[in-house]
Amino acid sequence: MSLLSLNQMKTSIGQYHVLHDVTFEVPQGGVFVLLGRNGAGKTTTLRSIMGLWKPSPGSVTFKGEDIAGQHASDIARKGIAFVPENMGVFGGLTVEENLVLATAKGKFDTTRLKRIYELFPALEQFWTKQSWSLSGGQKQMLSVARAIIEPRELILIDEPTKGLAPSIIDAMAEAFAEIGQSTTILLVEQNFNFAKRLGRGMAVIDDGRIAHTGSMADFAADTALQERLLSLSA
Amino acid sequence: MNQLSQTLGETLGRIGGVNLLPVAVGLIAFVLIGAPSSWVTLTVAGLSMGMMIFLMASGLSLIFGLMDVMNFGHSAFVSFGAFVSASALAYMSGWLGADSIFLNILALFLAFAAALAFGLVAGWFFEVVIIKPVYHDHLRQILITMGALIVSEQIILAVWGGAPVSVPRPAFLEGSWLLGDVTIEIYRAFAFALGLAVYIALYFVLKRTRIGLLIRAGVENREMVEALGFKINRLFVGVFMVGSALAALGGAMWAGYETLITPALGGEMMIVVFIVVIIGGLGSVEGTLLGAIMVGLMANYIGFLAPKLALASNMILMMAILLWRPSGLKPAVK
Amino acid sequence: MTQDTTKGALFIKATVLTLGALLLFAPFLFQDTRSLEVAARICIFVVLVASYDLLIGYTGIVSFAHTMFFGFGAYGAAIALKKMGPGWDAVLVGTLAGLAVSIVVAIAVGLLSLRVKAIFFAMITLAAASVALVLASQLSDLTGGEDGITYKAPQIFKTATKLMVDENGKVARLFGVKLNGKLAAYYFVFASCLALFVLCLRMVGSPLGTVLKAIRENEARAEAIGYRVVAYRTFVFVIAAIAASLAGTIYAVWLKYTGPDTALSFTIMIDILLMVVIGGMGTMYGAVIGATLLVIAQYYLRDLMGAASEALHGWPLLPELFAPDRWLLWLGIIFILLVYFFPKGIAGTISAMGARS
Repeated sequence: MSLLSLNQMKTSIGQYHVLHDVTFEVPQGGVFVLLGRNGAGKTTTLRSIMGLWKPSPGSVTFKGEDIAGQHASDIARKGIAFVPENMGVFGGLTVEENLVLATAKGKFDTTRLKRIYELFPALEQFWTKQSWSLSGGQKQMLSVARAIIEPRELILIDEPTKGLAPSIIDAMAEAFAEIGQSTTILLVEQNFNFAKRLGRGMAVIDDGRIAHTGSMADFAADTALQERLLSLSA
Repeated sequence: MNQLSQTLGETLGRIGGVNLLPVAVGLIAFVLIGAPSSWVTLTVAGLSMGMMIFLMASGLSLIFGLMDVMNFGHSAFVSFGAFVSASALAYMSGWLGADSIFLNILALFLAFAAALAFGLVAGWFFEVVIIKPVYHDHLRQILITMGALIVSEQIILAVWGGAPVSVPRPAFLEGSWLLGDVTIEIYRAFAFALGLAVYIALYFVLKRTRIGLLIRAGVENREMVEALGFKINRLFVGVFMVGSALAALGGAMWAGYETLITPALGGEMMIVVFIVVIIGGLGSVEGTLLGAIMVGLMANYIGFLAPKLALASNMILMMAILLWRPSGLKPAVK
Repeated sequence: MTQDTTKGALFIKATVLTLGALLLFAPFLFQDTRSLEVAARICIFVVLVASYDLLIGYTGIVSFAHTMFFGFGAYGAAIALKKMGPGWDAVLVGTLAGLAVSIVVAIAVGLLSLRVKAIFFAMITLAAASVALVLASQLSDLTGGEDGITYKAPQIFKTATKLMVDENGKVARLFGVKLNGKLAAYYFVFASCLALFVLCLRMVGSPLGTVLKAIRENEARAEAIGYRVVAYRTFVFVIAAIAASLAGTIYAVWLKYTGPDTALSFTIMIDILLMVVIGGMGTMYGAVIGATLLVIAQYYLRDLMGAASEALHGWPLLPELFAPDRWLLWLGIIFILLVYFFPKGIAGTISAMGARS
């Protein structure tokens, strides 16, 4: 059984219908990539899963339970973490405070913390700095670290490579590959090379509908399909 | 040498920056006033006034920061706090005049507790009944909270009447200390100390506790706090209640400071409170303290130097600061 | 707007026209001084509320300084009439002085604070208005302080002035109404207010009104399309200030007295808010309905409440709550309920009726 399945999810923001019919399944484990052009509805899909927009009608089934329409905080408590496009780091809080806030009980699990230090050494270095002073890449690391400080089942990550330097992108890719071994990641990405490296399963969204779903290996091989679904000229 | 001036600048920035503004104002006033004893008296008066205004304004600022909700009826809590504690004090006037300092303090404490309790309950009612239906709709929020302010003022008029109400003070806060040729009213020193204590408590809660962490995070990014698994609406009700209670406490202290209060008090304080939160930067407790101290000092200095300008001075101060820093002196990081 | 053709909209238009006709013939229909006071006050408030609706209803900005501009106009005329004596030159100078101050202040406040959030603007205008009120009571040499200024209106508006005389040399009557200066003064108020109201109506019907609507609906998009939002808002703010200032001048000429209570107090601001919400924000016609209802309530509801208070004598607190002075309490409650349940007010709610039939 898949970990997360979306069935005919529709979302309206104000008077605009952004998602018309989003249906796909995210299997347990590994990185699942959601691709699509600008404005196709990728971010809205993630936010609807997280409960930050209310989808209606349609269902969002997580571990066999329909979570559509539940409050974001309840969805988070079920084991879904969110790494938003703007990273959502609390600038007035230190790195430590940002991470403490993401723990369930206000205490760190030392093995998890050690793992985070290994993945992102910069965070240990700037532990007591206010996070507005971090670089973009470091903020992204903090945002991802916040998502894995507690055991989660599913992490929603929105365009983590946007505006980052290539060296940091590589570090991110390694981190995601490692995290993906124990946790499922639903990754929204514009950078196709990055997505290709990580993704096992994938889906393409276009104009608020799922246009294609399958394995990343097949999709990467089919340049015509890529051209049709992702190129800007289409 | 160059390095020295750089470190000096950095140190200055670390210890002060805009925090040094009240000091600068104080220094300029010292030169203009000339007489050191008057200057000390005015400065103490300004600081204690600033602390009371801080109590009234801090809640408003946090409430706005956390939920983007502007409560135009906030000053109703100030008025109610003043009148509730005035009534409580009048009821316990025997204890106030008693020779025992213990009874004095107990009476004062009970009166303040009555104001705080009223603020908590009224704040809960306000948030749940009046404001909750109009989250995210500024226009209706302004109108509805303004309507609530009108109703509250009318209720005060109906209950306490329109005539000025005199507020008894406990015996131990009457009179003043004489240090050389400097007079310091005891009540002012007390108001300053109590305000400072509340500020330190607030600061501790915000910086050292998990609730405080959540509030600071929520002020910056409400949605992300929810995505981390917290229900911010519940937190907000709590902040609203505490903010309202602090306003009521500020009103209660103000009543003792003025010793004669009228229902117009709320409206007068509302303007000052607005100016303070705008100057300080909405959402920031430190900024509110800074704004309140500035307004308190300016009101006293200018009241002494150029009485005719006293009331317009706040407005001029606000305009000047807005031109310099459009989002206030110390806005919460967004 | 498709709403213009609904039965409800027609009903509202008919009501407004009827009210207009009643105001036009008020001196003949209700032949006592109090009624004429009420009618003149309604005229003035229609202009105040309509110009305020330009801000709150059509532009989505909340100002608490509308009375301040009203006061500038009133004090301008009052001071000029006091210092220069009763004459049209004084009225003209007063009008221009009031307008000049209003325009300068409106531009300053607008440019300074309209680029920030609506809430900031509301708070800043509130602060500005309170400073104006304090200044009016402090600069007593000029404004007469709390007591205000009493002065004479131009000759033609004096009650003793005979517009027409009969064969005996007495003031002529038409349908029993004396054709005296009071009548002239009323028609001066009525005609000027009608002109200002029609101007406001034309404004919202013009292309400017369409732009304003676009800004109110979606500020970011309007900005992206290329409208200079701050400039437009400041412009509307200035226009509203001009209308309020002129209304103030007219009222000052009519009352022959100007003081903080009649021209600047926050109570007037609350009245305007109540009228615009009760009448209906963003409808213009609502201004006529709201102003009429509230002014009549102000004059006559108090009598009713006085009776209720008497009847409740002996109960705890209840007589206090129904005392005539507490009428704002009830209006405040009605106001809150209206904002919750009928945010479009009377005109907006009724206009929407029958929309789909």
